[in-house]
Amino acid sequence: MSEVVISARSVGKTFGSGADKVTALDSVSVDIFQNEFFTMLGPSGCGKTTLLRLIGGFEQATSGQILLEGKELNDLPPFKRPINTVFQSYALFPHLTVKQNITFGLEMQGISRKDAGGRADEMLELVRLAEYGDRVPSQLSGGQQQRIALARALAPAPKVLLLDEPLSALDLKLRKEMQVELKRLQTETGITFVFVTHDQEEALAMSDRIAVMQSGEILQIGAPREIYEAPTHRFVADFIGDSNFLVGDLVDGGAGKRAVKLSGGQVIALTQEVSDQRTGEVTVSVRPERLGLVAESDAGADQLTGTVSTVIYFGTDTTYQIDLGNEALLTVRMQNGSGAKADFAEGERVGITMSPDAIRVLAD
Amino acid sequence: MGNIIRTKRFWLVAPAVVYIGFFMAVPLLQMAYVSVLERGDYGGVNWGAFSMDAYISFIFERDLMDNLVVNTDYLQIFVRSFGLSAMTTVFALLLGFPTAFYISTQPQSRRNFLIFLVTIPFWTNILVRNYAWMLLLRNGGLIDGALNWMGLETGGLDVLYTPYAVSIGLTYTYLPFMVLPIYASLEKLDHRLVEAAFDLGADKRRAMSRVILPLAAPGIAAGCILVFIPCLGAYVTPELLGGGKFMMIANLIGSQFGAARNWPLGAGLGFVLLALVLISMMVYSFKFKSLPEESR
Repeated sequence: MSEVVISARSVGKTFGSGADKVTALDSVSVDIFQNEFFTMLGPSGCGKTTLLRLIGGFEQATSGQILLEGKELNDLPPFKRPINTVFQSYALFPHLTVKQNITFGLEMQGISRKDAGGRADEMLELVRLAEYGDRVPSQLSGGQQQRIALARALAPAPKVLLLDEPLSALDLKLRKEMQVELKRLQTETGITFVFVTHDQEEALAMSDRIAVMQSGEILQIGAPREIYEAPTHRFVADFIGDSNFLVGDLVDGGAGKRAVKLSGGQVIALTQEVSDQRTGEVTVSVRPERLGLVAESDAGADQLTGTVSTVIYFGTDTTYQIDLGNEALLTVRMQNGSGAKADFAEGERVGITMSPDAIRVLAD
Repeated sequence: MGNIIRTKRFWLVAPAVVYIGFFMAVPLLQMAYVSVLERGDYGGVNWGAFSMDAYISFIFERDLMDNLVVNTDYLQIFVRSFGLSAMTTVFALLLGFPTAFYISTQPQSRRNFLIFLVTIPFWTNILVRNYAWMLLLRNGGLIDGALNWMGLETGGLDVLYTPYAVSIGLTYTYLPFMVLPIYASLEKLDHRLVEAAFDLGADKRRAMSRVILPLAAPGIAAGCILVFIPCLGAYVTPELLGGGKFMMIANLIGSQFGAARNWPLGAGLGFVLLALVLISMMVYSFKFKSLPEESR
């Protein structure tokens, strides 16, 4: 495991006081490693931007500590932190040329104008806008401004680069392009990126690790695959991708494993380790694409069965809504042309197949 | 169709055009005409008798032998007026910029209230305000009295009826004209640009000099013009706080139409002033025309 660059320890932040007091962050702890593309993902108001601004030094933590390479940062103003930010609105200086924007941070570090100019040219080369040094920001398109904001923030070679929803103002095509670009820049520069977004696709596509946040707390931290395939909370499973949720009782599944017994009596075996302490009712989640359908006649005794209520054809795949009875609905997504029989009609009785490792027991 | 609408819309602006056209352009032309006429012996002018005496006597006078010799009296008054206006502009800027900056950092509801406070002096007649300053500044006045009461033997402040008194009065009068445009440009300033400056390693001083001041420059320039030009034309304040001892351009012009009975010279001086103001405006617009627009 590589070295920790940023470490947040029980960081809390409240705004206002008395009746207007708002808790933006509630005792958040997280370690961010060297060379990592770390993403904080969550809906607006979840505290992700607040945490970013605390790391940048634009806000003061109400409690807890933020460390940079083991040294406490709390009392350092932003201009004394070796951390730079790409702002959501880019915040390029309108009265300076592109090149002057990039050399700004270098000159503040006391680097000579000549060396700063050379470095700025390198940066322009890096973001592939070498020809644009003499323009002013208002002459650039949104995507170009975005790249200049990146070049400006990267020029002083910060230890950490903070990115506050930098792609949200771009249109879809440009956003996809910039996702690739950002990932490339992060790999080429080797700088730790801390990225804030509410777009789960963006987070999955670019990140080494993702922290999913809600109401000022980090619910889960993990690699994109882990977050997607093994969500720990209902919120995580719901926020990232589509999920089915089923409620049942934890029972003994034999061979040291646990199982979930649904209200209909069906028992689903679990491969997931579940603490012996947990008993009673739990919620499990399963991704629609991890489910399959078979004709009811082929279904085993313990398998879920239901009636197809809706069929939606998407081209690459088809989505079925299955009515399990008791007002429980299950969404099943089956790839078309994968060989499996995938044309069930509305009203047809079907059995549902699922791999046990696709079933995740969620935290309460 | 479009033309008809445009023609109809013209009637919206027509009253203003007629009003300004008549009440500003006509008197202005009349004054231009007066400035190139011969003066009448008892005031007024000899209509129809042309003479460039007014402009010549701005710099020259005729000695007893009827030779033209340089007389810098009027020029001195102009230079003095420009100097005093510049001093006043600097005072107003030094007081106005921090004020505008402070207001722009306040929460929105508070800002409106503070701006309202800035405009309060306009509620009182300028004559009354200048008399109030006389009461404050004169020997044995409020300020002098307070200083003596605190044990500082001033022996009379001797500020009233000096250029300083005039500048103090003018600064007070025109300060809102400095604060308002600077506030307007600071209010538009995106706070994230200041954060970006901090983020890139600029401390407060350098964020001010490298980002805030350049972006507020159009407001500062507008404020300076709005203070400087009315100062040049100030009449009441130099009359009262300068006690007539300290003459500014407007007082000089006034005296030519009054006691001196030299209307052409009064009109001529007015046009020299107008020309100088126009030149400085042109310099301003040339300098700030090419300022980059705000991004986005």
